[in-house]
Amino acid sequence: MSTSLNWVGYTTIVRKEIVRILRIWGQTVVPPAITMSLYFIIFGNLIGSRIGQMGGLDYMEFIVPGLVMMSVITNSYGNMVSSFFGAKFGRHIEELLISPLPNWVILAGYVTGALVRGLLVGGVVILVSLFFTDGLEVQHPWITLSVLVMTSVVFAMAGMVNAIYANKFDDIAIIPTFVLTPLTYLGGVFYTISLLPEFWQKVSAFNPILYMVNGFRYGMLGQSDVSLATVYLVIGLFAVVMFAACMFLLETGRGMRS
Amino acid sequence: MLALDVQELQKTYANGVEALKGVSLQVEEGDFFALLGPNGAGKSTMIGIVSSLVNASGGDAKVFGASVVNQRSLAMSYIGLVPQELNFNQFEKPLDIVVNQAGYYGIPRRVALPRAERYLKELQLWDKHDKPARELSGGMKRRLMIARAMVNEPRLLILDEPTAGVDIEIRRSMWELIRQINESGTTVILTTHYLEEAEELCRNIAIIDRGEIRENTSMKELLSKLDVETFVLDLREPLRELPACEDMEIVMRDDYTLEVTLSRAKSLNALFGELDRRGLHVISMRNKSNRLEELFIRLVDKGEAA
Repeated sequence: MSTSLNWVGYTTIVRKEIVRILRIWGQTVVPPAITMSLYFIIFGNLIGSRIGQMGGLDYMEFIVPGLVMMSVITNSYGNMVSSFFGAKFGRHIEELLISPLPNWVILAGYVTGALVRGLLVGGVVILVSLFFTDGLEVQHPWITLSVLVMTSVVFAMAGMVNAIYANKFDDIAIIPTFVLTPLTYLGGVFYTISLLPEFWQKVSAFNPILYMVNGFRYGMLGQSDVSLATVYLVIGLFAVVMFAACMFLLETGRGMRS
Repeated sequence: MLALDVQELQKTYANGVEALKGVSLQVEEGDFFALLGPNGAGKSTMIGIVSSLVNASGGDAKVFGASVVNQRSLAMSYIGLVPQELNFNQFEKPLDIVVNQAGYYGIPRRVALPRAERYLKELQLWDKHDKPARELSGGMKRRLMIARAMVNEPRLLILDEPTAGVDIEIRRSMWELIRQINESGTTVILTTHYLEEAEELCRNIAIIDRGEIRENTSMKELLSKLDVETFVLDLREPLRELPACEDMEIVMRDDYTLEVTLSRAKSLNALFGELDRRGLHVISMRNKSNRLEELFIRLVDKGEAA
């Protein structure tokens, strides 16, 4: 009974999230395709042609994994924060809170929804990148996929923490604008950290996105600034911390149960 | 068996407001129970705790024996809730809203779809099932919340002011539906500000005020406590001076209208006789207010005085 309840509840939330993503495709799928096309044109074609090689790779090829990861991070986070906060703001989160579903199922359902959007957008960005490169050969498919999925899950859970603490729509824009975007831009999307002075290399080591981007780049192109073990360790650590934070907030009902 | 067993329930909000001061209440399985009280009395807080939307500060509530505090999932599986305020996604379609709610209760889609169709039809919403919910009228939105609450076929249905803002025709059809739901074995707890609604539908009643239960008894017993009643009499001819009758309190509202308050043990015949002697004719007579309303006001006023 309980397994069936959890499974049906989980698939219902996932289905609802996917329907939402597809219903508002103009806000979910199209903007990343346009933005990333511009990145490829400006950074890859116009500026990249003058840069030449980066980390032993053609610059256009070098930025593809970073841009895919950037899209996955922002979209996984954005999907969770807007969907969950929207449900909280519109009070339809109560439909779930009064149901017999355990909190971990609610979390899993929303995270899967965010993951679907992250992977969908990531796929779109890879498709766009094919117009600007001579084709991509993925070096380590399982590493590529596992880093992508784990990163998406971590940022989806971070989005839930943001959504739970947010009281107004402004609050869901603060973290993406002032934390996520700077960390992503400084996370080795456009450069290898070996280009940085030693001090800034050490500072960059505190940026978790650096490990995610490099792990993904290793999977796709076989090139990374950090070891693979460190990549999985950092992502795993953040996943555990975010999961614990989400569960604590859902159990206490912060911002949802008075 | 008790459908709801509330024991010493307490709730103090973060701002210090003590909404419930150790409330205890029992509702038998199959009952149609009214929970009444003025605004801010603690009704919605109590319903919030029972449906796990509000965390209790103390005490417990058991739904068919399952503790809301320690066995939340089991307790929630028995409940259907129609909240006071609209709380569905206005951009979704009614059919999706109802079917999704079924999914949250573990009801597979193939079972949920025909069930949702049945309830949407019963609540006269089927022709709007694929329109965005925001396009529904206020009454339709309320009915949609009833359909959503019924889709898991709950053993305990909690209705928090379900007919607020609904026109009289639809209200009466909703009464009929809720009555049928109760007759089919579902325990119903109703809060409402329409006291005639509670009197019409409910068998047992609790009146809550300032976080405390003022009265908890059967509707019949409560109404029998009403020892005086006030009638309004409309006269055909204008009245020049007040008739004097023993054991009656008579007030002249205007030249053609009298308000008479008397004990239920007394007869109005003496007054009619007196009016007849003066050549005055009573053309209509009605209760000044609903009987339950009078009792309600008295109980709440008593609470204020205390």
